[in-house]
This record gives sequence, C-alpha cells and structure tokens, in this order.
Amino acid sequence: MSAVTVLEVEGLHKSFGRTEVLKGIDVELRSHEVVCLIGASGSGKSTLLRCVNLLEPIDAGRIEFLGEEITAPKVDANQVRRGIGIVFQAFNLFPHMSVLRNVTLGPKKVLGLSTEQAETEAVDLLRRFGLLDKKGEYPDRLSGGQQQRAAIVRALAMKPQLMLLDEVTSALDPELVAEVLDVIRELAESGMTMLIATHEMSFARDVANRVCFLDDGVILEDGPPLEIFFSPQNPRTQQFLQRIIEAGRL
Amino acid sequence: MRAHGASGWRSTLIALASTIVFALVVVLVVSNSRGWPEVQRQFFNGEFFRESLRVIPKAFLLNVRIFLIAEVFILVFALFIAILRSLPGPVFFPLRALAIVYTDFFRGVPTILVIYLLGFGAPALQISGIPRDELFWGVVALVLVYSAYVSEVYRAGIDSVHPSQEAAARSLGLSQTKTLRYVIVPQAVRRVVPPLLNDFIGLQKDTALVALLGPVEAFRQSQIEVASNFNYTPYLVTAILFVLLTIPLARLTDWLVIRDRRRQLALGAGR
Repeated sequence: MSAVTVLEVEGLHKSFGRTEVLKGIDVELRSHEVVCLIGASGSGKSTLLRCVNLLEPIDAGRIEFLGEEITAPKVDANQVRRGIGIVFQAFNLFPHMSVLRNVTLGPKKVLGLSTEQAETEAVDLLRRFGLLDKKGEYPDRLSGGQQQRAAIVRALAMKPQLMLLDEVTSALDPELVAEVLDVIRELAESGMTMLIATHEMSFARDVANRVCFLDDGVILEDGPPLEIFFSPQNPRTQQFLQRIIEAGRL
Repeated sequence: MRAHGASGWRSTLIALASTIVFALVVVLVVSNSRGWPEVQRQFFNGEFFRESLRVIPKAFLLNVRIFLIAEVFILVFALFIAILRSLPGPVFFPLRALAIVYTDFFRGVPTILVIYLLGFGAPALQISGIPRDELFWGVVALVLVYSAYVSEVYRAGIDSVHPSQEAAARSLGLSQTKTLRYVIVPQAVRRVVPPLLNDFIGLQKDTALVALLGPVEAFRQSQIEVASNFNYTPYLVTAILFVLLTIPLARLTDWLVIRDRRRQLALGAGR
C-alpha cells in the first residue's frame, strides 16, 4: 500500500499573548506512521497537538489533513475534528455520563448513528480494550488507567484517521502507566496513524517510526528513534537526553 | 460521621434538653412582657385563627399556582439568558450585551416597582392581543425579575465547568450548541441546584407581591380578614402557610448541599 500523507504541518507559528510558543514547526506524517514528540515541558508539544485539532487558532503557517488545508478560512472545524481524535493528559471524560454514553455521544450526535448502532460499536471497542465490564460505570468510579483507556476508546469511536495523544500517561500513577501504553502499542500495531507527545522515552523508542525533538517551539531534530536517542546531532538534544538518562528514564 | 449506639442517644438527649430549656426561656420572656396580653389578643386569637383557616388556605392555592407557573418559565428563560451571556467571540457581542443589560436592570429595580409598572402599565397600553389580566402581568413581572437572578446562578454554574470539558467535546466534532447541550449545561445545572432552590424560596414569598395588582391571594385575603375583624391573627395564619411551603424546599436544599460535599470529599480522598 502506498503511503498517503495524512498530516502536513508547514511553518506553524502560535503565540499566547506575547509569548511565542511555536516558532515555525514543520512536520509530516504518512499513513500508519507513529511519530513521537519529545522535549521538555513548555517546549510546545501540547500546543502543537491542540493546533492540529483546531482547538487553538494558529498565527501563521498551514496545516494539511489528508491533502486538505484545514487552517484555511471557512473550513468547518467540526467536520475536520471528526477525522482527528485527541486524547488529553487529564482524560477529560464527561463526569455526568456513564462510560458507554461517553463513548457513544460523538457517534450519535456528530455522525448521526442510531443509539443501537453506536452502542454495538462502542461495546466492541470497550471489549477490545478490556473495559466492557465498566460500560455502566461513571468516570469517578474508574482508576486513572481505566479512565484514560475509556478516553482513548471515546476518541476511537469516531473512527479517526489520525490520533493525537497528549502526554496521556503523565497524570497516571506509575503502576497504571503500562496498561495505557499497551493500548497505544496495540493501536500502533493495528496501523493507526498517531502523533504522540510523551515523556516515556523507552516507549517512544519502541513504538515510534520517527521521533521529533522539540525545543523552545522548534523541532530541532527529526529522525528514526535509534538515531535520535543514540546518536543525536544537536547539542540541545544531547543535553536533554543526557538528563533523561541520568534520571534513569531511558 | 454519624454517631452510633449509646453516645448517639446521649447527644440526642442533650440536644432535646437544651432545645426545651431554650424554648421555655423564650416563652417566659415573651409572656411576661408588659404588652403580651394585648399582643395575644391581637395576633393569637383562637377564634379568628380558626375562621382564617377556612378562607386563607384557599386563597393560598393561588400563591402556589403563581409560584409553580412562574418557576417553569424562570427555569427556561434564565437558562436562555445565561447561555446568551456565555456565547464566545465578537460576533455575539450584541447578544451578550443585551443579556448583561437585562440582568443589570431587573436585578437593580425593586420587584415591587416592576410589578407596579408592568401590572398597571402594560394593560393601559390597550394593545389588542395583549392580555389585560393583572394576574398575568404579575406573573410576568416575577418571571422577569427572578430570571435575572437565576440566570446569574446558571452562569456561575456554566463558568465552573472546566474548559477542558469543552475542549473534549469539541474535539469529538460536537458543535458549540451541542457541546453546551450535552456536556456543559447538564454539568452546570447539577452544580447549581442548591442556589437555584434558594432563589425559589425567595420566589415563593414574593408571590404575595402580586396582591398589589388586585388578585386575591393569601396575603390579600388576610388583609381583608384583618380589616373586617380588626384583628391581626389572619396575618399569622398566612405567615404559617408560607413557612410550611418553604420548609420542604429549604430542607431539600440542605440535603443536596450535604450530599454534594460528601461526594466531593469522597472524590478527594479517592485519588
């Protein structure tokens, strides 16, 4: 199968007030590719993901999704977001809905599926990710790991062509990280195209096709994980990875 | 934490004893005051009390009706105002401004003035198709005034829902309207039920103000009784009726507040 360009970001700039968070980002994802964004907190990883999902308006540059410029004026953001799923660090499940309703809300109200159809699909997904017995529970009754898996299922229920994961394990207790990473690994194996902001370096090394090192709003290095982790060219990347290794995280 | 066993009984007994002592002291102080015999005749007359009970509760049903009808409209209209005020972006500025002017105006003007102005002013316009019934305009005035308060309560609730909930909803492709409808407003309403009920307790009392336009509700009826007997006991009866109507709502509010606090404590302790 020939690889289609799913996401293309060109010269993306984004400021909050006077602080320029993204200073010209270029990145490309082909179908079935998994790209991990690494870098210190505040380097712009989350902002980049939020811009791709059109949750933040951009200041300059362009973003193309499946060949269509989604940052052009008059693009229907709701339409674009159907195809791009995002999972947040803090889960952001809807606390007033059961797991099942969290998962079926999008398919029912956005895609227009019948309740029956939406629930059948949701049950399949929940079963696949080991959450079937939790479908009637409310989010506050779930562990952090279960909540995050439910959030992933909620995004998948929209059948997106691209998934954005924003430090999805950062808010979890250490013993719950693995179950969420396993889910992402399975997604990667099933061919999901993903852009993942993460602090889990060994996970990035194992799963990613490419790793991008973000520093101060710029992608300083972009390449296969082994290259980035074991022979980084840029001194800033070397410095960052040195600190990670010293902390025993790689 | 709930007390159990012997210590539970003991604290109940202590509470009971201290309440009885307190009540006795109040009764003694009042009944030994110089003006008490006169006050007792004027306000606590058994005969007039029984007579009032025959007419005032019937009139009180009108208060209940005014309250119930106004409440439904307030709940809907206030939510509409609150949502107008929460609309983001420069396009909606005129609507936001309108909502702000509305709430500022109706919270600022005394309820009694709104009732007079609408109740006597609107029918006097003699526009065909506009009802001339005083009761109608009394209810409209209450709805306008209380919607201003209640919309602020709703707005506080909407603002208290974390922006990440909106981001999550929008990221699924839900429109602004659907995000409000399915995600923001349901959470907001749950959070503001206690202060909402509090405003309704105020509304129950203010139904008496509609009497100023003429309809014979409980307060008006008691005025009539007082005037024909030169005795104030009917007022006491009306007061008791209002309190009886309010107590269930007040206790419900307390219970909801306690339940919410417990739930939050449980959540905080959980993770």
